[in-house]
Amino acid sequence: MRGLSMRLFLVSLRVFMVITKFCSERIAKYAFEYAYLNNRKKVTAVHKANIMKLADGLFLESCREVAKKYPGITYNEIIVDNCCMQLVAKPEQFDVMVTPNLYGNLVANTAAGIAGGTGVMPGGNVGADHAVFEQGASAGNVGKDKIVRENKANPVALLLSSAMMLRHLQFPSFADRLETAVKRVISEGNCRTKDLGGQSTTQQVVDAVIANLE
Amino acid sequence: MAFVIYISFSAILLLLIVAIAFYLIGRKIGRREGTSQLHYGPPLAGMPAPAPPQKATAESSKNFSPNAESLPLESFLCVLLVLEVEEMTMAATFAKRLIGSRSTSTATTSVARAFCSSTTPITATLFPGDGIGPEIAESVKKVFTTAGVPIDWEEHFVGTEIDPRTQSFLTWESLESVRRNKVGLKGPMATPIGKGHRSLNLTLRKELNLYANVRPCYSLPGYKTRYDDVNLITIRENTEGEYSGLEHQVVRGVVESLKIITRQASLRVAEYAFHYAKTHGRERVSAIHKANIMQKTDGLFLKCCREVAEKYPEITYEEVVIDNCCMMLVKNPALFDVLVMPNLYGDIISDLCAGLVGGLGLTPSCNIGEDGVALAEAVHGSAPDIAGKNLANPTALLLSGVMMLRHLKLNEQAEQIHRAIINTIAEGKYRTADLGGSSTTTDFTKAICDHL
Repeated sequence: MRGLSMRLFLVSLRVFMVITKFCSERIAKYAFEYAYLNNRKKVTAVHKANIMKLADGLFLESCREVAKKYPGITYNEIIVDNCCMQLVAKPEQFDVMVTPNLYGNLVANTAAGIAGGTGVMPGGNVGADHAVFEQGASAGNVGKDKIVRENKANPVALLLSSAMMLRHLQFPSFADRLETAVKRVISEGNCRTKDLGGQSTTQQVVDAVIANLE
Repeated sequence: MAFVIYISFSAILLLLIVAIAFYLIGRKIGRREGTSQLHYGPPLAGMPAPAPPQKATAESSKNFSPNAESLPLESFLCVLLVLEVEEMTMAATFAKRLIGSRSTSTATTSVARAFCSSTTPITATLFPGDGIGPEIAESVKKVFTTAGVPIDWEEHFVGTEIDPRTQSFLTWESLESVRRNKVGLKGPMATPIGKGHRSLNLTLRKELNLYANVRPCYSLPGYKTRYDDVNLITIRENTEGEYSGLEHQVVRGVVESLKIITRQASLRVAEYAFHYAKTHGRERVSAIHKANIMQKTDGLFLKCCREVAEKYPEITYEEVVIDNCCMMLVKNPALFDVLVMPNLYGDIISDLCAGLVGGLGLTPSCNIGEDGVALAEAVHGSAPDIAGKNLANPTALLLSGVMMLRHLKLNEQAEQIHRAIINTIAEGKYRTADLGGSSTTTDFTKAICDHL
């Protein structure tokens, strides 16, 4: 969502979506490669091509082209409003989802909400030369002084994102250790921050994770 | 030398384009004086323009008085001078829309309707639609007759040929009927595949100027989903925004799409949202936006919402970023009351909320147009695979009918029918296949009639 934006009297006009073949191909290739390397079975492209025929049409074309090169992975397409409805009713039908910018923001936050909130979703931003890992969905768990003062922020999301970073750096054993420790702490259930329904502080959760690291 | 030639050529080209544009403005403004306030769609080559109804000319001259909000000439000039030459075609399309849409009345909509007595039958248009449409329309008619609702249905069907006056399968008579009756109920319509015509929903929306789509979403007791306490209304702006249809290819492999937000449309939908909240006793209105990224477009939308909010001090107004809203909706839908949003976010969020309560088969919806036109519709598809087999679930169309009755201020009967539907589903004895039961449409309808 970028581009020129101008204000003309009482009308606001913005080039709201610029879809290029290069970028669409790039993200589609990444999605399929990720699915292949992580043993994922299905890639779903989320779009609104019935309305934005040219823009999302181009995105879909690129996805279809890349899909042909991965015959072992199922590929299907879903319109974004139907997708949100299905996510809310039956999220287990989705595996890997590839979307353009705006829909991705919405879908990621919806999925995060279903999976437990921003406090537990890991994420990363990957580029050709660099990669930056951060929480997967940023709504709500950001910049709240009250949470910081009372030490109630949930560190799980960032810990899992750092595990993703370790995997990216080709340290899979360290990544596995960290992830297992975090998952064990969560599943045990007695050390959880407020957003997961518990009473612990950030430091207590971190200590528990360290204790669970073999 | 070559540089001088290039500059002079560009200057001449620019002057030529400006001259052509001024000529077009002049023609357009001249033509507007004589047309009615209803937007008939683009003029068709070779066909005479439809004759405007007599009473419209008086109203159009009344609406033509320029006020601070309608500055078509200045806006058009700015559009021309600021946008680049290669985006000229896009600018012309946009300006055509701008001028075309300005000729309708501004923010005041007559939402309240007075009827002489509850015994005079009100004529309403009914579009049964395709697929399961006729069956569920029958169901609605039966329930309404049993409840004693004073409505005479005027049925219209989608034609099999394209009507050149509307450029789609919907005939001119159908649209005139809705304009005349000001109220209608629409079943699911399947747009036939093919080129050369507009989609049916788009035709209705454009011709009747339906600017707000209202969907109440509440958990149905007795039909269990993951969320039990959903009770919210989504109000979606239906005419502009990301769905303006202005896309173009800049070069091969690069496509641009325009998002248009106008003050007029945003004010209109915000006014309706607050009015709805007030008349239905709702306490909070939330505007959903992404103004942190799209500062000017969603910023304008928010500004309009804030202006309207000041006129309703008893209603709490808040603004929520769209991604935060999605998260909150999935974690705790009870946090929301009335949601008002531009087109794209509205599309996604209203379907998401439908999913929270059980899907499109249970969701009512109503489209509000200028001059108090209300077209209630069932938003699910026409389900051709179960058409004619008496398996369809009429709940969505019935609940939309209830919305229509509330719009017509027939609150008593609306409440009666609503309660009957809720009780039937809550009891669980008669449920259609999509809700997990095994009743037929007729059994379900009969159960509702018994509950009345």
